[in-house]
Amino acid sequence: MRPRVTGRVPISVTVNGVKKEAEVDPRLLLVHFIREDLGLTGTHVGCDTSNCSSCAVLMDGRAVKACTVLAVQADGREILTVEGLSREGELHPIQEAFLAKHGLQCGFCTPGMLMSAYALLKENRHPTEEEIRKGISGNICRCTGYVQIIESVQQAARSKKW
Amino acid sequence: MIAGGQSLIPLLKLRLASPSLLVDINRIPGLNRIEESEDFLRIGALTRMTEIEKSALIKEHYPSIHDASEVIGDPLVRNLGTVGGNIAHGDPNNDMPSVMLALGGELVAVGPAGERAIKARDFFLDTITVALNHDEILTEVRVPRWRPGSGGCYLKLEQKVADFATAGAAVQVRLAKGGTCEEIGIGLTAVGPTAIKARKAEDWMRGKLASDSAAVQELGRLAAEESDPSMDLRGSPVYKKRVVALLVSRAFGRACERAGGAT
Repeated sequence: MRPRVTGRVPISVTVNGVKKEAEVDPRLLLVHFIREDLGLTGTHVGCDTSNCSSCAVLMDGRAVKACTVLAVQADGREILTVEGLSREGELHPIQEAFLAKHGLQCGFCTPGMLMSAYALLKENRHPTEEEIRKGISGNICRCTGYVQIIESVQQAARSKKW
Repeated sequence: MIAGGQSLIPLLKLRLASPSLLVDINRIPGLNRIEESEDFLRIGALTRMTEIEKSALIKEHYPSIHDASEVIGDPLVRNLGTVGGNIAHGDPNNDMPSVMLALGGELVAVGPAGERAIKARDFFLDTITVALNHDEILTEVRVPRWRPGSGGCYLKLEQKVADFATAGAAVQVRLAKGGTCEEIGIGLTAVGPTAIKARKAEDWMRGKLASDSAAVQELGRLAAEESDPSMDLRGSPVYKKRVVALLVSRAFGRACERAGGAT
């Protein structure tokens, strides 16, 4: 007989600074935990095949595809979603820059773009265009052609509001 | 068994794999070190690609590993994807296996019977099949320690970021004073059922001048002959063999530059 885990697993995940305790199926993906259990629907499921990174969140400070991590693997870790970027109703400078520079059209990929841009600028406050292109190379946008997204990230890098 | 999960979770979602039990090894301590010992560069199997990409030691002395770490998946994949997973998965489309073949690397397996080191050239048995026993896990990846006059390069042609390679080539050389190619290792990605060690091409180049452009062209041709690509959306076998020839010649040139030799 092979052992079989069928029960739910308790996890404790800090999401946007708030500790969340839950019991989840071992097979549950992190993105579904974030969207369905926590109701944070800013994190989008774009492709569900690990290609598009619309579901990007930060786990312990690094951008990951929330559709390619199990919720149980986030136990004890810190997650930052797009909802965690703004503070006290004020948009984050990256969000402001995307607004000002029209770094989106339909907006579906935008949460993931914002999180990848945030991860990049957190490590490198003055990236070159090449570094920006590399930094968001995992995120697919089917509307913009990326030019205005790159300009948005450049504007965010120049912002004094950080 | 799940480490970075960047190959396995997509397989689970597509129902191409449905294990009844999944063991997460991410919390095993001590498997994410990058260090040099007397004989080897040793990389813990759980080391993320991003850590490899950032390692100054690897960039300086093991540039083919650095090259590969920059082109595997995309930045988000590299934040979780591990060097051990890229190798133990046994996918011929993965980039690190050919780099290990070129560098003459060893894979360290641990199981109930203890620890053993398996040469990279004996490790890749067939597609998604490697020399690990069912009760063993890969704990460490190691390559011979850098020596003066050595250089390497990994080149990959991909249609878009995060796609598998149309073809990839890893070349490692050691040049003697005067520019003779003393040692050479060549590994090929995505052009056969496993990563391929291009032995005939290696034998051809050993002892020849690295600056002999006719010899380097023949090196590429021989490596292409040893490849066995299949027809898919990335191209025909004929096209892919031409890509292999070009990538091997170019990677050889870059490896020699990095080794400090004139080409």
